[in-house]
Amino acid sequence: MLRSVLSNDFPRSRVLTALLVVIVLGLAFAPFLFPGAKSLSVAAKILVFIVLVASYDLLLGYTGIVSFAHTMFFGIGAYGIAIALARLGPTWGAVAVGVVTGLAVSLVLSFVIGLFSLRVKAIFYAMITLAVAAAFQTLASQLSDFTGGEDGLTFKVPEMLSPGFSLAEEPFLGASLDGKLISYYLLFFVAVALFLVMLRIVNSPFGRVLQAIRENDFRAEALGYRTVIYRTLSNVLGAGFATLAGAMLALWLRYNGPDTSLSFEIMLDILLMVVIGGMGTMYGAIVGSTVFILTQSYLQDLMKLASGGVAHLPAVGGFLSALLSPDRWLLWLGVLFVLSVYYFPTGIVGKLRTRALGGTRRA
Amino acid sequence: MNAPATTAAAAKPDALPKVRTDLLPLLLVPALALVALPLVGSFPTWVTLTVAGIAMGLIVFIIASGLTLVFGLMDILNFGHGVFIALGAFLATTVLGGMADWTGSQNIFANLTAIFAAMLVAMAAAGAVGMAFERVIIRPVYGQHLKQILITMGGMIVGEELIKAIWGPQAIPLPLPAGLRGAVLIGDAAIEKYRLVAVVVGLAIFGLIFWVLNRTKAGLLIRAGVQDREMVEALGYRIRRLFVGVFVAGSALAGIGGVLWGLFQQSVIPQIGAQVNILIFIVIIIGGLGSAGGSFVGALLVGLLANYTGFLAPKVALFSNILLMVMVLLWRPQGLYPVAKR
Repeated sequence: MLRSVLSNDFPRSRVLTALLVVIVLGLAFAPFLFPGAKSLSVAAKILVFIVLVASYDLLLGYTGIVSFAHTMFFGIGAYGIAIALARLGPTWGAVAVGVVTGLAVSLVLSFVIGLFSLRVKAIFYAMITLAVAAAFQTLASQLSDFTGGEDGLTFKVPEMLSPGFSLAEEPFLGASLDGKLISYYLLFFVAVALFLVMLRIVNSPFGRVLQAIRENDFRAEALGYRTVIYRTLSNVLGAGFATLAGAMLALWLRYNGPDTSLSFEIMLDILLMVVIGGMGTMYGAIVGSTVFILTQSYLQDLMKLASGGVAHLPAVGGFLSALLSPDRWLLWLGVLFVLSVYYFPTGIVGKLRTRALGGTRRA
Repeated sequence: MNAPATTAAAAKPDALPKVRTDLLPLLLVPALALVALPLVGSFPTWVTLTVAGIAMGLIVFIIASGLTLVFGLMDILNFGHGVFIALGAFLATTVLGGMADWTGSQNIFANLTAIFAAMLVAMAAAGAVGMAFERVIIRPVYGQHLKQILITMGGMIVGEELIKAIWGPQAIPLPLPAGLRGAVLIGDAAIEKYRLVAVVVGLAIFGLIFWVLNRTKAGLLIRAGVQDREMVEALGYRIRRLFVGVFVAGSALAGIGGVLWGLFQQSVIPQIGAQVNILIFIVIIIGGLGSAGGSFVGALLVGLLANYTGFLAPKVALFSNILLMVMVLLWRPQGLYPVAKR
């Protein structure tokens, strides 16, 4: 049973298994374990990013394609929901229309970009996607009649998911049974389902070919696989899952704008999460997003303390305090990123798996 | 290409066969300008726009040339190139701010001296940082494309954040020196003085790069290394040292370009590096990765098109670069001047 659910891809490390169980249980019971609006939105953000990061890992970790346009597809999904719900009113039909339209746009766009530029080297694709993503972001903020421009779109979700909806008068185990809870669990089950589908994809024969392309595309081609087609398919799949993640985000936030789903900062976040969690391991997406988002939410508080602490030091105090100010947290994440690409290219999951093997073989 | 080459070689056995220069992409630049003329309508406006476009194109070329050569020579694409641009622009705010007497005076020579001082400082600093960047960030990941992209992107983040920590995250105004503000009238066409300066400086630097690449031993080795690195190594040249030199020079050029670009925009934000980076990537893709001449043509095309469309259809201008890239790649999928093997 478990074997088929996890597609025969077990965590293969006791520590990792324990970590994953803790994370999944924590997320499953988050509304009851960590009451409060902030912790629930942190948990929801983790769910969305698990799907998003896993879909990016499909590209980067499994196929070896570096794309900087992943937030574009994320944004398309979010805008699909936002525009559909804002135009058609808060019904489930509008949600379906939004998801389907978003998916269609993403699939066509990723297919075109893929066919157009995946024939050549990785580096070329990275550059083209960077340019395309920048253009798309401009487009989204320019078409303000349609997308709400820089201000974004605020919209109502179907009644069952809105905070005003209440399932029962009495709170259950300290959590009120309102629409927010329902949408959290909707997100949770969608995330679990999408994650398992992706796990299934990478462990299928198709996923094997993707990994072969990552390791040596020339050899994969020589074995008779049309690498362009596999690369393009991987690109389309990644884009599709990212779109769904975007739809999840929009449903949760009941708002979408360029900064929440399209900005380049999110792209960097995704990169960091994939690398920290472990490239080429779907479980890395879970560990990476959880660690990253928790750090993001709490590191800044810590840095505020540290910054205040060194401010009174003579001579270098001012500069040190500027370095440690909470606004500069991206600096430290960047350093962490560079270091982890050098020293932990396989990320947390890779490290744990290597350790489980007794360190005799490289993971 | 081979037929005339062989006859030439037969006629004069000692001479190397000449490779015919491919002029077609070069002709695109005047062609674009001529096509724009009837669309713009008035001749003086067209002159203004063309000069602005050439000025912008030359600045972009200064920044892009180093990047494309580094890629050609060592197969490394530095996503962190933008850091040097931002560094140059921010140093310009400090240097020009410190030379207020020179920039405030109406004397153009004093103004130019201040700008050159800023360019020198930016060049030295960006070159030094470039050397450190090469040593710390890039050297450990030679030959690993995936890691290079990730690492240089990480270097870009760290660099940008460090700039924010030093100069602050807000936009800093970078006004033009007093004597260079405003425009001169040539006939009916108003041309901003600074753009003329940028054109002159840009052409001078282009000439210098062209001279180094085509007339010196180092340039010969660089071009040979771009074509076939192993062969140059086999002949006993240390391509690594050459590469470090090109990287440092490319960073220094990006620093100079940053000063010019900052003055062009008249304000500097920490994200300037990332913004220009995208422009630069488009330029070197259009030109053909690794080709300095290609990036020159690409930069001019991008600069001209940005100014023409900015005047004709401002909404389209935001995407003109992407459209240009798509058209060029449909015509020549490897860029205007494809470099062998790439």
